Amino acid sequence: MNLVMRIKDFSPQRKFAWSVIGIILLIGLQLSYMRFFKGFASVTNLSDEFPWGFWIGFDVIAGVALASGGFTLCFLVYIIGYHRYHSIVRPTVLTAFLGYILVAVGLLYDLGKYFNIWHPLVMWNPHSVMFEVAWCVMLYLSVLFLEFVPMVLEKFNLQTPLHFMQKITIPVVILGVLLSTLHQSSLGSVYLIVPEKLHELWYTPILPLLFFLSAITVGPAMVILESALSSKIFHRGLELNIMVDIAGFQLVGMIVYVGVKIQDLFVRGVVPSLFTGSYEATHFMLEIGILLAACLILILPKLRAHPRWLLLSSILTVVGILYNRLNISWVGMMRSSGTFYFPAWSEVFISLFLVTIGAVAFYFIVKWLPVFPEIEGNEENA
Amino acid sequence: MQETKPGKAILLDFTECIGCGACEQACAKEHGLPADPPEDRLSHKNYTVVLENKGQHYRKMCMHCLVPTCVSVCPVGALEKTDEGPVVYHPDRCIGCRYCMMACPFQIPKYEWEKPVPVIRKCIMCNERVKEGGETACSWVCPTGACRFGSREKLLAIAHRRIKAFPDRYVDYIYGETEVGGTGVLMMSGVPFADLGFPEDLGTKPLSELTWTVMSKIPNIVITGGLLLGGISWIIHRRMDIEKENLISPARNGQLNIKPVEQLDKEIVKGEEQSGKEG
Ligand code: SF4
Ligand code: SF4
Repeated sequence: MNLVMRIKDFSPQRKFAWSVIGIILLIGLQLSYMRFFKGFASVTNLSDEFPWGFWIGFDVIAGVALASGGFTLCFLVYIIGYHRYHSIVRPTVLTAFLGYILVAVGLLYDLGKYFNIWHPLVMWNPHSVMFEVAWCVMLYLSVLFLEFVPMVLEKFNLQTPLHFMQKITIPVVILGVLLSTLHQSSLGSVYLIVPEKLHELWYTPILPLLFFLSAITVGPAMVILESALSSKIFHRGLELNIMVDIAGFQLVGMIVYVGVKIQDLFVRGVVPSLFTGSYEATHFMLEIGILLAACLILILPKLRAHPRWLLLSSILTVVGILYNRLNISWVGMMRSSGTFYFPAWSEVFISLFLVTIGAVAFYFIVKWLPVFPEIEGNEENA
Repeated sequence: MQETKPGKAILLDFTECIGCGACEQACAKEHGLPADPPEDRLSHKNYTVVLENKGQHYRKMCMHCLVPTCVSVCPVGALEKTDEGPVVYHPDRCIGCRYCMMACPFQIPKYEWEKPVPVIRKCIMCNERVKEGGETACSWVCPTGACRFGSREKLLAIAHRRIKAFPDRYVDYIYGETEVGGTGVLMMSGVPFADLGFPEDLGTKPLSELTWTVMSKIPNIVITGGLLLGGISWIIHRRMDIEKENLISPARNGQLNIKPVEQLDKEIVKGEEQSGKEG
């Protein structure tokens, strides 16, 4: 009843936003039913020639990269000791936690025998990168849970476990950083096994290194983007000085990443294939171009200090890295497969559905738990 | 790395194949696959196909690699290289990630995309028959000897002898002798293998070595990384503890009570003044 009252009070924009969300959720549920009861063919364009499509590329490979804000920020705050950034740790940890849950759920959609998802726990193949990724992601999800749980304990004022959690923060964070380093890079190693299938512009023995570097580049960008978004949605101030600082870390990561990536092209002698006019070359140039644009904004101190430009550079970075992951999992794999793959609308929609669920969950958790210092458990403000 | 167990193998001599399709039918019967109408490509209904190109018949099937890529990538060990030679599949272990399909250099594993609970399908070299000392259904029915079953060493020797005896009949290459570390299916042809669509740039080493060079470093990374991170954090925090011992008020109400930055700065200045006085 209370809820109905509240909905009446919503501004037109809010009503519109919630209706759109409602429609997305409804269609998403229907498509999910089809996926799980009618099989892949009913909702995807996957085929024997192209067995890994949009879900693996976007939900898993890109999703994990975009959820890297959690470990990069925790590293800065707890290991290096930048306690100034403490105010944004919680929203970031929450985003990472939800992000990884989404990756896991996305994986359920993508696994043909999703109910066997726990098999890697007991059936081992240490030679498989996928096995290692599965373990790391499972363990890291537990780490994120441990990092998240203090918010719940605080909410219910459970002092004893809270003190205990605070004591083990540092070891937990170290474990998280290690696990993230491993699986972020291992997602690159996943593609080491297909030298004859992945286009030479992307296939390189240093794929794991590139995946790791791009993860720590996109992590800070995601932190900035999330902070900007939540400052809009929750009407809270944007800690601009912190953001500018974090953008500095991002810039360092990005310069190293782009530098290594371009140098690698020369070392492997594939520069000529950039100028063959193939569609791969176009996508590769765009991918690098977007990142360079983001770099340029951050290099100019005047632009960097300006909220709009800062936001633009983070968006460009996120898009650039997302593009990279899709290029590797999709564009770069297409020629060798001998077929043309484009995701079905329902494939993309299910990903949208999952992201929407994540965003809605974030919204309600922020209303309910002490995530942002000012909105601490103030349900009345909802 | 994984051991190489040569075991049993199949020798396909395309020049002797007459395209009768007896092997396809025997295979379908053996594995309960819908034989009619046979498709012209491998699928979950077809473990092997006989095709034609440049006036020569040829066959496609799982190569039963000596160090199979599919086995190395499967996270749950649902694919297995048996001692006898066949690469077999355990559907009850499979999680359906399809990494095997992605990774197989010959694009062999196929999937049941229409089924709600799909499994991987591919030739398993009639594992049951082979285990009991028999031979594969396809080699058993082949009327011309284009498909022969036996120990890999023996078949290789036969192949080499044939090429030597009839150099005009064959291209001087036994496909599968060295590809990705050698395969359990060996092929001879009168037409270049590239024309038949067999990948020629696979190298002679198992693909899994590419991954293993990285994977084997992981324990080192974990130990070094863990010590490094622990060390860094310990040093930095000890320093900070010493420097700002009384700047952060003790945890109250269970909340880590970090004071606003400006206040902290002021207190640092104050603290420095004090220690200056004391010193
Ligand atoms: S050909 Fe492919 S499916 Fe067959 S054993 Fe080799 S890697 Fe596995
Ligand atoms: S689809 Fe099944 S058999 Fe293939 S790699 Fe995944 S778990 Fe293994």
